[in-house]
Amino acid sequence: MKPAVTAKNIVKFYGTKNNKIQALRSISFEVGKGELFGIIGPDGAGKTSLFRILTTLLLADEGEATIDSFDVVKDYKEIRKRVGYMPGRFSLYQDLTVAENLEFFATIFNTSIEKNYDLIKDIYVQIEPFKKRRAGKLSGGMKQKLALCCALIHSPLILFLDEPTTGVDAVSRKEFWEMLKKLKQQGITILVSTPYMDEAGKCDRVALMQSGKIMSIDTPDGIIEKFEKDLFAVRSSKMLSLLNDLKNFEEVEDTYFFGAYHHVVMKHKNKEDMLKNYLLKYAADDLEIKAVRPNIEDCFMSLMKN
Amino acid sequence: MSTEKAITVDHLTKKFGDFTAVDGISFEVNKSEIFGFLGANGAGKTTAMRMLCGLSKPTSGKATVAGFDVYHQTESIKKNIGYMSQKFSLYEDLTVKENIRFYAGIYGKSDEFIKEKTSFVLKNLHLENEAGKLVKSLPLGWKQKLAFSVAIFHEPGIVFLDEPTGGVDPVTRREFWNMIYQAADSGITIFVTTHYMDEAEYCNRVCIMVDGRIEAMDTPQQLKKTYTAASMDEVFLKLARKALRSGE
Repeated sequence: MKPAVTAKNIVKFYGTKNNKIQALRSISFEVGKGELFGIIGPDGAGKTSLFRILTTLLLADEGEATIDSFDVVKDYKEIRKRVGYMPGRFSLYQDLTVAENLEFFATIFNTSIEKNYDLIKDIYVQIEPFKKRRAGKLSGGMKQKLALCCALIHSPLILFLDEPTTGVDAVSRKEFWEMLKKLKQQGITILVSTPYMDEAGKCDRVALMQSGKIMSIDTPDGIIEKFEKDLFAVRSSKMLSLLNDLKNFEEVEDTYFFGAYHHVVMKHKNKEDMLKNYLLKYAADDLEIKAVRPNIEDCFMSLMKN
Repeated sequence: MSTEKAITVDHLTKKFGDFTAVDGISFEVNKSEIFGFLGANGAGKTTAMRMLCGLSKPTSGKATVAGFDVYHQTESIKKNIGYMSQKFSLYEDLTVKENIRFYAGIYGKSDEFIKEKTSFVLKNLHLENEAGKLVKSLPLGWKQKLAFSVAIFHEPGIVFLDEPTGGVDPVTRREFWNMIYQAADSGITIFVTTHYMDEAEYCNRVCIMVDGRIEAMDTPQQLKKTYTAASMDEVFLKLARKALRSGE
């Protein structure tokens, strides 16, 4: 089966001749049909530039890309029929009502709300009570749902969602990922970008992106397995001095806050006793040390430092 | 930590027409405490924060910030607090140095103070070589750290941070929290909102707003115990799921 998305050595520069900024540094990857693919990275990583190139809204300076086997430059018209794009910034018509926005997007794609209602039904019923309200007057969560409906109304093969959960609270974020799971079950290929590392686990595969480069690309478990160092979670009642003590220990490669604990990346394997003995010299009696499995954020930080 | 109060809030309420955005909240924040202010979108966080910053008059209730009253002494409040948000912090078309000079000037600091402290801040941030560069040319993480330094440049008693780390990479996010700890250590009270639940663990105390009211307030350890949760993420989900209203 041919992949839904291919990108090969994509390069993008911004700025003037004398002040060039490289937004994308030779990006290559493929997304299979029906896959839920996450692009995880902070602001400025290049996520939006990449999405805009793949949705034919921006030209790359180098490289090639295809969507459903169509070329993003030559065949842009074909691609636009096949992709749905939800930009990071709310881009619907604020002065049109919920229903008018949806109607508008259906009409430009030569279709009707009725024809593809099945696809949006689960999401649309949640905003239907407000269908006469202007889009500009909706709450953040409802705007997001309407934007998703508008991106789906022409029944696209591939959906691009640029940071749909940024600035959204933890509860609404969970709900949004449940909606995506349902869409995936209907066979839609989904590319979603996010700065939240904890959302990686909801994707089939992820690309970790930083400063215009893909640092790693794999299933979430695959990325975690590549983290080969021993990792410990450590805490005591004096967290700040504990962090300093950890930083001063020669066996420690890296250490940083991690929720209620500090995470400690060790230089060598099987040095738990050494770490314990070292810390017991300084720390209070309530010292707690345990080996932990790294998560995506640990992996991201370790990749950033290499 | 001293028990002196940086903020006192007593049955503070704000209504917009017949909608009660903030519904009789009460709490106190100690001097040099790191106080996390959490809530789902639309819970009333921003409205509460605007009242505490002297930007919006309460409908009823009492509150003082740095010892000043939120009804009658809003100008004194503004002089004695710092504010930073992810959305608005620095002027992109001014240089690093110009931004510092501009903000410090607004707070009425002397040329001598500005000069001395500017070199200290730039050194601390390792931005000495970037002093003459436009802020828009800096990476986001640097901008956020600079914005925080600018927000506390005039040495306020309290700084309000509204989602200061949104979209920032995980390494910079931690460097940012290091700066918060240092500021708290130097006696500044930190009032911070965030959507990152691991950051809630870094606060001395956390308060969670649901539907305009304070649903829970305690140390992160105690909250996890009370709600038999493994993480603050779980505590938050348990409480915020109760919300009846959604959105802003």
